[in-house]
Amino acid sequence: MSTGNMNLTLQIWRQKNSKSAGKLVDYKLSEISPDMSFLEMFDVLNEQLITKGEEPVVFDHDCREGICGMCSMFINGQPHGPKDLVTTCQLHMRSFKDGDTIVVEPWRAKAFPVIKDLAVDRSAFDRIIASGGFVSVNTGNAQDANNLPIPKAKADAAFEAAACIGCGACVATCKNASAMLFVSAKVSQLALLPQGQPERYRRVQSMVAQMDEEGFGNCTNTGACEAECPKGISLENIARMNRDYLSAKFISEEEV
Amino acid sequence: MSSLSKAFTSSIGRKFVMGLTGLFLISFLIIHVSINALIFLNDSGETFNVAADFMGHNIVIRIMEVGLFAGIILHIVQAIMLTSQNNAARPEKYAYNKPSANSKWYSRSMGLLGTLILMFLVLHLYHFWWPTKVAVYTHQEHNTFQNIVMIFQELWVVVVYVLGVISLGYHLLHGFQSSFQTMGWNHKKWTPVVKTVGVWFSIIVPIIFALMPISIYLGWIG
Repeated sequence: MSTGNMNLTLQIWRQKNSKSAGKLVDYKLSEISPDMSFLEMFDVLNEQLITKGEEPVVFDHDCREGICGMCSMFINGQPHGPKDLVTTCQLHMRSFKDGDTIVVEPWRAKAFPVIKDLAVDRSAFDRIIASGGFVSVNTGNAQDANNLPIPKAKADAAFEAAACIGCGACVATCKNASAMLFVSAKVSQLALLPQGQPERYRRVQSMVAQMDEEGFGNCTNTGACEAECPKGISLENIARMNRDYLSAKFISEEEV
Repeated sequence: MSSLSKAFTSSIGRKFVMGLTGLFLISFLIIHVSINALIFLNDSGETFNVAADFMGHNIVIRIMEVGLFAGIILHIVQAIMLTSQNNAARPEKYAYNKPSANSKWYSRSMGLLGTLILMFLVLHLYHFWWPTKVAVYTHQEHNTFQNIVMIFQELWVVVVYVLGVISLGYHLLHGFQSSFQTMGWNHKKWTPVVKTVGVWFSIIVPIIFALMPISIYLGWIG
């Protein structure tokens, strides 16, 4: 890895486990290349910590190309850092200046307990998906695709909703730690398509009930989630989910 | 719990009540500002007093007034419940947070703005609603316009009223379009219209309200 000329002060949240109290710890890093990604910079830090015999910083990461949704750092007051439409792994050190102090914290929400340091437990999202974020299909041969005509605009909107990688930046940045953007994207990607229709109203009720159960906050339409979402998920999805939920609860006769 | 009561206690259900009562209170503001604007006719309150007497005595309006208070209380109760849930959803705050990067301050301060409006409302009811009620139930003549002119002679009252309607303006600036979003009334063609109307409503209505104490204090009307 090429060395560079950036000197940085990192203030990183260190926390032993979900039960212990954490605190910000200062680390000095020198000769950081501006071409490194933010996670590569963390790799350098961890190598130095290991060499010194200290405990490396635990953080989530996997694909490092912005599609898996694992990376999750709250950098200088913003999830995934200061750049729009990127995940932490796609954030590069050239977005910072030599001599900067960078504060790195984990996602903070009751529903996302800290596992260790910067890694949080996002299985609440998995439980929301399991409660209804699927389409039940019979096994057998796939039917011909042209049997199900889908208007282009609807297909596009469904695809845009499906771009959600479930990273949890929306929850992290929301002043209420609300999961509405995530849940609405997962509701919308199916509600917009014909395959999602049979379970449409059951799905939205189950998923919202699970979301409430997990202890996420309520949406106050500040729009912070949309602004910070690395995938540009739109607030229109939240409106669609509200519409589907309210008609399901007050008009549909199906009990969920 | 029945299915319907579960609906009302869910996160979206509570927000639905917030939005619905908010829109109801907005509709009240339209009536309130229209009637009060009659003082700008500058006819010593002659026209205004006719309207004010009608509002004070008409049985339908008085029943609707109960609904109005119910709406305000429901709006406040839901706000308290939602806020306490929201606070519980993030027990540990960020050491460094930069919310200005992604949202407007007034959209994040609806509770504070609402509390300021409520404090103003207490004074406002004491000034104008209470004397009218006393007059109605003691069968006395009450000149609402004269009462207005008398109350707005003091500078601190005028200042408090102007601050009150500024809080209202910012509350509406977020609340107007937000209530439509909560209802799920989102539409490619209509949402931009709602947002534009919301901005103008939040500017024009508070300005008309603010002009009342100001123009009386400065003697333009009286």
